[in-house]
Amino acid sequence: MKKLLVLFILAALVGVLYPLYESFDGNTELSEVARFYAKSENVQKVNSQNLVTAVVVTYRGLDTLGEVTILFLTAAIIAFFLKKESEKRTLRKNSEIFKTASKLLIPIITMLGIYIFINGHLTPGGGFQGGAVIASAVILMFLAFPNMEFSHKFFESLESVSGLVYVGLAAFGAILGLGFLDNAILPLGKFGQLFSAGAIPVIYSFVGLKVGAELSNILNKFKSVQADN
Amino acid sequence: MEYITITTGFLIILAGLWAIMTRKNIIRIIIGFSLFDTGIHVVMVSMAYVKGGVAPILDKKELLTDTANKIVDPVPQALVLTAIVIGLGVTALMLAYAMRLHQEKKSLDIESFKDLKW
Repeated sequence: MKKLLVLFILAALVGVLYPLYESFDGNTELSEVARFYAKSENVQKVNSQNLVTAVVVTYRGLDTLGEVTILFLTAAIIAFFLKKESEKRTLRKNSEIFKTASKLLIPIITMLGIYIFINGHLTPGGGFQGGAVIASAVILMFLAFPNMEFSHKFFESLESVSGLVYVGLAAFGAILGLGFLDNAILPLGKFGQLFSAGAIPVIYSFVGLKVGAELSNILNKFKSVQADN
Repeated sequence: MEYITITTGFLIILAGLWAIMTRKNIIRIIIGFSLFDTGIHVVMVSMAYVKGGVAPILDKKELLTDTANKIVDPVPQALVLTAIVIGLGVTALMLAYAMRLHQEKKSLDIESFKDLKW
């Protein structure tokens, strides 16, 4: 009976999705919105080589601000739910190879994350991806050195400062009369160079730091509540 | 060619829904939600594909002229970027709930949580 119900629901979903599949035959041209973004004068106005970044940080910047807020809310709820318990953990000793390899890898992974968010306006990548890569370095650190002190205060203040700078830069555009989250508050630079696209690399760097710090905080919360049962 | 990605996306969505409905372990249910998410992302990105288009990164000189006819749609890609981050947040939240549930009952089986069932 239960299996039949499951099959019925799956079949219903297939029925809902099938018209979407049926009507899809591959686009031959861009939508009108994308055409606007790809217009030569608009590309020059934003001066970002990566159009996706231009859409995420400038055209739909408010959306990204909301996204960062949702991530912050998640971190806050997780901090509320997972309170540290004083139970003891017995940990197996890590092997020497793993420890040495992670000592070598952690700085390199962190550097890759920073590279990804600084070059977000030139190559695929950006603040969220770079932040996630930095958080993966933190995960490796937790696994390799479980007894290391995690400076909760440092990561939390880094996160708050980055968030405030992001909102401050956004509001600065409005104060200058260009518009909230406009990237022209800094010189636009030469197309395709590291210092181009105005405020986009600065904003994305702070987004990257914020996301990295936030995810590290969440991971620390997950780690700190684990105890022997 | 463009049918491969969209079909894969729909299949991943169905697999995720199947996992959500039939699995008993809470972690597996969370994996099901994650799969559902990923499938929707794959479908959205494949819907943005334009025949013969390249990624919307203008790193070559010839892409700068007549850009609109050479690239794929950047808007759904930006939306998917947003959706991935939200999905990550939701997954983290579900895992936190799973940890709390495990602390209460020392079990991850969904059958052992009957307090709100009537």
